[in-house]
Amino acid sequence: MEASRKRARSELLDCLWEYQNQHGYIRDEDMESCSRQFDISKIELEGVISFYHFFHRRPSGRFIIYLNNSIVSEFKGFQRVREAFERETGARFGELDPGGVFGLFETSCIGLSDQEPAALINFHPFTNLNTLKVRQIIASLKQGVPVDELCDEVEDNIRYIPPGKRAVFFREYFPGNSITKLGGMKPEEVIEEINRSKLSGRGGAFFPTGLKWGLCRQQEAKPKYIVCNADEGEPGTFKDRVLMNAMPGLVLEGMAIAGYAVGAREGILYLRAEYSWMKEKLEKEAERLYRMGLLGKNAAGIEGFDFDIRLQLGAGSYVVGEETAMLNSMEGKRGEARVKQYYPIERGFLGKPTVVNNVETLCAAARIIELGAGHFLKTGTVTSPGTKLISVSGDCHQPGVYEIEYGMKVEELLKLCHADDPYYIQISGPSGECISMADKGRVLSKDDLSCGGAFMVFSKHRDILQILLNFAAFFKEESCGVCTPCRAGNFILQRKLEKIKLGLAQRSDYDDIRQWGHIMQTASRCGLGKTATNTLIKALDTFPDFFEVQQGEGLTRKFDLNKATEEYEKFKS
Amino acid sequence: MKSSKVKQKRKEPQKPKGEVTLKIDGREIKAREGQNLVQVARENDIFIPSLCYYEHIDPPLGTCRVCICEVNGKPAPACMQKVKDNMEVQVNTPEMEDTRKAIVEMMFAEGNHFCPACEKSGNCGLQHMGYEMGVSISRFPHLFKDRLIDFHPKRIIIEHNRCVKCHRCVEEVRTQEGKKVFSLCNRGNETVVGIDYEQEAKLTQEEALAAMQLCPTGAILVRGMSMAKPFGDRRFDKKSVQKEENAKKAVVEAAAKAAKEKKVIATLSLAGCFGCHMSMLDIDLGFIDLLEVVEFNKSPINDIKEFTRQCHIGLVEGGCCNSENVETLREFRKKCDILVAMGECSIWGGLPAMRNMIPLEECLEEAYLNSITTVSGEHIVPYHEDLPKILDRVYPCNEIVKIDYFIPGCPPNPEHIWKAVKNLLWGDHYSILYSEFKYD
Repeated sequence: MEASRKRARSELLDCLWEYQNQHGYIRDEDMESCSRQFDISKIELEGVISFYHFFHRRPSGRFIIYLNNSIVSEFKGFQRVREAFERETGARFGELDPGGVFGLFETSCIGLSDQEPAALINFHPFTNLNTLKVRQIIASLKQGVPVDELCDEVEDNIRYIPPGKRAVFFREYFPGNSITKLGGMKPEEVIEEINRSKLSGRGGAFFPTGLKWGLCRQQEAKPKYIVCNADEGEPGTFKDRVLMNAMPGLVLEGMAIAGYAVGAREGILYLRAEYSWMKEKLEKEAERLYRMGLLGKNAAGIEGFDFDIRLQLGAGSYVVGEETAMLNSMEGKRGEARVKQYYPIERGFLGKPTVVNNVETLCAAARIIELGAGHFLKTGTVTSPGTKLISVSGDCHQPGVYEIEYGMKVEELLKLCHADDPYYIQISGPSGECISMADKGRVLSKDDLSCGGAFMVFSKHRDILQILLNFAAFFKEESCGVCTPCRAGNFILQRKLEKIKLGLAQRSDYDDIRQWGHIMQTASRCGLGKTATNTLIKALDTFPDFFEVQQGEGLTRKFDLNKATEEYEKFKS
Repeated sequence: MKSSKVKQKRKEPQKPKGEVTLKIDGREIKAREGQNLVQVARENDIFIPSLCYYEHIDPPLGTCRVCICEVNGKPAPACMQKVKDNMEVQVNTPEMEDTRKAIVEMMFAEGNHFCPACEKSGNCGLQHMGYEMGVSISRFPHLFKDRLIDFHPKRIIIEHNRCVKCHRCVEEVRTQEGKKVFSLCNRGNETVVGIDYEQEAKLTQEEALAAMQLCPTGAILVRGMSMAKPFGDRRFDKKSVQKEENAKKAVVEAAAKAAKEKKVIATLSLAGCFGCHMSMLDIDLGFIDLLEVVEFNKSPINDIKEFTRQCHIGLVEGGCCNSENVETLREFRKKCDILVAMGECSIWGGLPAMRNMIPLEECLEEAYLNSITTVSGEHIVPYHEDLPKILDRVYPCNEIVKIDYFIPGCPPNPEHIWKAVKNLLWGDHYSILYSEFKYD
């Protein structure tokens, strides 16, 4: 073999996936070869691999089973399903069965909160699990039935669209209806149209999309990139899944429109690995658009506008949903958020100007070009025009995606989704905030409750502490580990919550949680740490009755002499 | 003539981008635009604590968050700021001081930092930050996570207990071929700095030593070189980086001296080494003066075994490692009006807590059954009803009883101990100098 040329680092994730899929894990010899191909030290490689939880360095079985451990799943029977998997496969979670066939692992939200408990087996979706179903699945797998024949068809569960013809997203999709409109428009006009619509980022940060595109257009450096953020990791959010599954072409057109507006020739759709079951669908749709001449050279028939789209598969990490962390991940690095020296529009992917937009934003942009900003402005409120996709899950009869007009009240949505006994509502996932029914009159819009997309409803009989403990475990696991407040703080707060659970909390513990939570908000490096304690602090204020205070001697921990000497008693002969 | 022309030409491109004026804690400061804020503050004798900041690394790492300040009204790490005209920086507001201190305390709670047993003590950035910020106890519970010490590399030893994940080594240490020797591995609270054995073997001794110096704590050590500089000569041994005025800022103005009625003191040594008691005696002749105003009740100093009266103050050395410690400590709590934890062991476990990461069973088997001097089958783990029972781990005193005050140090400086006691008993002026506030 001739001396291997150094491969581009941005191919690293794909390369690791190849090895992972080939053998079920990344072997030492794969490490050797990979380190040679990319000319990096093995520890650097190990650093990347160990960052993403879908890469394994030990054999993980022919069937790798990832069971979602999000809070909605927990309330819908996670524990029983977990036990069923262990019983049926003979493996323990986190390990392989003795025969090396099944590997069981827990994973954070896989974007199927409307059909929990759900799991991925070799990345094929299995929804609405129960013990019986688990037994059948495992039995069939043992008999040699292929996974893709066994897996479930994922329901879209589109539950509501605005009346009249006001829908923006969920209306019939005709390939090319949007992108062909570009023919008569200059890039500046496209940006102007988006500006006029007041569209803002739907990933949760609400940055004005037109402004972002305009700023990127002004950058002189070339090439420029469009990145579609399809790493929908916030637990309880699944609206992007439904968009991509129901109309995969729309997001691709949105990317091409963004490309035309800013002067980019390449678009990259970063798809979270949890959604790899949609990869083929998206690729086929892209092929169709290529065949129709809507992508590729002279895309949509516009002379000189070449636009290509490729897919980048993630590998399991929540924090990669942060745009700069995503750029690092695309460059084949650990998905740690970058320090805020430059915006991605200045120096993004490979140091070049990059627009990173969420799936929903790009779909909205495509519809705005298709239908005109006027249509968009007719819906919603004056300051928050348009519709918003809300993923509703938890204790309601109609979990699924709701295309609501901005301006809808919480109570209206609760009624629509048939929530019988709502008590605790988690807005925008664990990093968002929680509200009680005292807030039922609040309005979903940019000015009041700005929802990133998740709307989890929990009824009175749910244990709030269990919710908070689940979130704490999630942040502890998903912190990238770079900055102290987030890495250590989430761990420390989890210990505090455990103390509350043991019934040992005193008033000072609640004060600690507020103060320490505030320190994490102030000092953390990226959004993960800054928002990780929002819910916790808000819950203390919103549900004061729930948090009992134990009047004790003011000790930091309850000390039990008998318990502390239990271990030593073993040596009594 | 000619030379001056050349000079002028050279000056042109080098001309700084332009001078800017900024305010740090109300003081007007001139600097070059784009200079790093931590650097500018340093040049102007303003102390902004920092750990991961290393002036040669650009962009700065921004990982430790210890340098957090208010920049134009918003909290932000100073190391990430390039100075701009009219920038307003608040370094020493109560909130920012507390946030920075909290982050340092968090590092102490997260890792397993046994300063008195650390080769880097006195040369350690983290320990130094502890002194500068007056950390006496971590407000956070110690996590006592089991971490490894990696002896595999050729020249280097990685002490994962001490690593604060600052990233310095990850960014800076490379082989001649440009390959990284260190990398962060895993994520979340499992994050560790991994080392590449193959690449490490290619480092020269000088390069390895540079890595050790680069490390702000004692996580990277070079075999045979870790104690090269004796204690006493080390960087942070004697001097504070802050000006003396700064150090004195924490002075608590005490009420006017009350008449010195004779007070009663009790002292106690639990799971400790008696070092704190030795330190108490180190005021030498001052002890005779002391006896004019205090009397000792139960204490190893006079060997009184039982309390004969209620005491004004009790000083406790050591944590609790067995049931007898717990009983004695509880008795002290009852008999002393004010209870002070003295020294690291009583505050959070200290050196005896080195066993907290290892299950008790393993510790006892190692000590009594599997040690090199035991004969198999002939030795047992001692257990008798008359013997105190060993606890599952070493507990700091404040987890067993309420502790009113903490005096840090291993051992605390005698001046520090007696100044604290005098302040508590008579409200004397309390001012601790840098040299008296040392952990080791």
